[in-house]
Amino acid sequence: MARMKFICDAERCIECNGCTTACKNEHEVPWGVNRRRLVTVNDGKPGERSVSMACMHCTDAPCAAVCPVNCFYTTGDAVVLHSKDLCIGCGYCFYACPFGAPQYPRVGNFGSRGKMDKCTYCSGGPEADLSVAEYEKYGSNRLAEGKLPLCAEMCSTKALLAGDGEVIAQIYKTRVITRGYGSGAWGWKTAYRETVAI
Amino acid sequence: MTRLLRIALAGLALALAAPAAHAQTGRDVPPPAQTQNPNGANPTAGAVTEDQLFRELNKLQGRISIPDGKAAVLEQPQGREWRAFRESWLPWIAGVAILGMAALLAIFYFTRGRIRLEHGEQSGEKILRFNSFERFTHWMVAFCFIVLAISGLNYILGKRLLMPLIGPDAFAAWSQWAKYAHNFLAWPFTLGILFMALVWLRDNIPNRIDVQWIRQGGGFLGDGHPHAERFNAGQKIVFWTVILGGFAMFGTGLLLLFPFSAADINGMQLSQVTHATIGVLLTAAILAHIYIGTLGMEGAYDAMGSGQVDLAWARTHHDLWVEKEQAKTASGPQLRPRATPAE
Ligand code: SF4
Ligand code: SF4
Repeated sequence: MARMKFICDAERCIECNGCTTACKNEHEVPWGVNRRRLVTVNDGKPGERSVSMACMHCTDAPCAAVCPVNCFYTTGDAVVLHSKDLCIGCGYCFYACPFGAPQYPRVGNFGSRGKMDKCTYCSGGPEADLSVAEYEKYGSNRLAEGKLPLCAEMCSTKALLAGDGEVIAQIYKTRVITRGYGSGAWGWKTAYRETVAI
Repeated sequence: MTRLLRIALAGLALALAAPAAHAQTGRDVPPPAQTQNPNGANPTAGAVTEDQLFRELNKLQGRISIPDGKAAVLEQPQGREWRAFRESWLPWIAGVAILGMAALLAIFYFTRGRIRLEHGEQSGEKILRFNSFERFTHWMVAFCFIVLAISGLNYILGKRLLMPLIGPDAFAAWSQWAKYAHNFLAWPFTLGILFMALVWLRDNIPNRIDVQWIRQGGGFLGDGHPHAERFNAGQKIVFWTVILGGFAMFGTGLLLLFPFSAADINGMQLSQVTHATIGVLLTAAILAHIYIGTLGMEGAYDAMGSGQVDLAWARTHHDLWVEKEQAKTASGPQLRPRATPAE
């Protein structure tokens, strides 16, 4: 079994937002919910970098640990998924998530949150693979079709890589060594407790 | 010169890191010497690296092009500390505070027993202790508090205690309702706290009589009854615990109810930590209050039940208050001293 991960090669990312658009379209993500987003650090200064960020599908995921209804589960591909039938929209997963991945549609009064929505690594949810119910709640299930997440597949500069952790780490490492620099595998230390050693 | 030095250093770093890289992926890494950048220059030597940013900042933030300010935080490792609090500390704080208090009360009950009415505390005459507005306020807060406490504890202990018994689906459905109850009852609770502060603040200012009351162990230990006004020192402690605790719960709860309206991610985490900690401590304190108002002391419940207490009981426990009340009118015990009750 693969251990699925994302890596964003910030030296290549041109902040075109292709990944976020691909994600929105593929899963028909509602307005106001952003499963993937672009953050530009040091904007306008020398050394500016853009990083595409979504759920990193952490090892020992913090969101799963804090959820009061234990609605998270990890698939055989190490993808962190959750059940919208169980989620009560408490918002705790957002406080625990180091990457701001969980999203909540705004429903009802006060700052009331609906059922949490986040990147599924294009692999749906607990419903039967490729079912209508699964699509409506979690979006499409590309992994079940043997495809990788669309954001990475669509990335015009191949900055965003998705796939087995060892494979994408190797690709990133080769790039860094070939070109002679790299700003690091963003989020890896926090998410996986390891980084890509160059 | 510096450039040469930098290239040399980079080469050295690569050479040192290579074995580690090999160990991680189990694959061979091309030798660094042949994989130098073809033009030998590093156009982005000044680029930020994640490591470097984390050495300087506690969380990474940037610019974002979507209208969602909190999304600008790229990484906040503080989530881990919050997780440690919520998953490792909080269940213990809650368990120790609440079970500890229950154990203390049980010990007290079995050693000291129920505080009985003493001989001559039943005169048959009644005096009004709490008017209907005061009782309404008390019971509104009490009802809200019990629901808030149970639904609040459900966030902490529910998945550990209740979920294994009733299964994930039933537990999720119950938790959803508990969440709604928590969000809505927060408002009448706060209103009640505000009313309590208005009607009882005057009688709860600490004074010298309280010192004496505490010194004599409040009549719990040993015999005899220390002097007390409308509220004795113990009741004043309950009052201030509820008022201060209640407002603290409201303040932090408001921040949680309107997430990210006034606080950033760390502020939200801190609000939750404060809200949960004060919440479980308050729950433990109220357990003691419930005990003494019902099981712990005979006759005490009437004050909040019917609002009227036996005059002799009042003379024993709140002697100075009775004197003051009776001084207001010359006609002895009064049933309708201040605001008109609704009966
Ligand atoms: S990135 Fe956030 S939401 Fe995704 S697995 Fe990690 S903690 Fe959970
Ligand atoms: S919002 Fe939903 S998924 Fe997140 S912690 Fe709360 S119940 Fe769990």
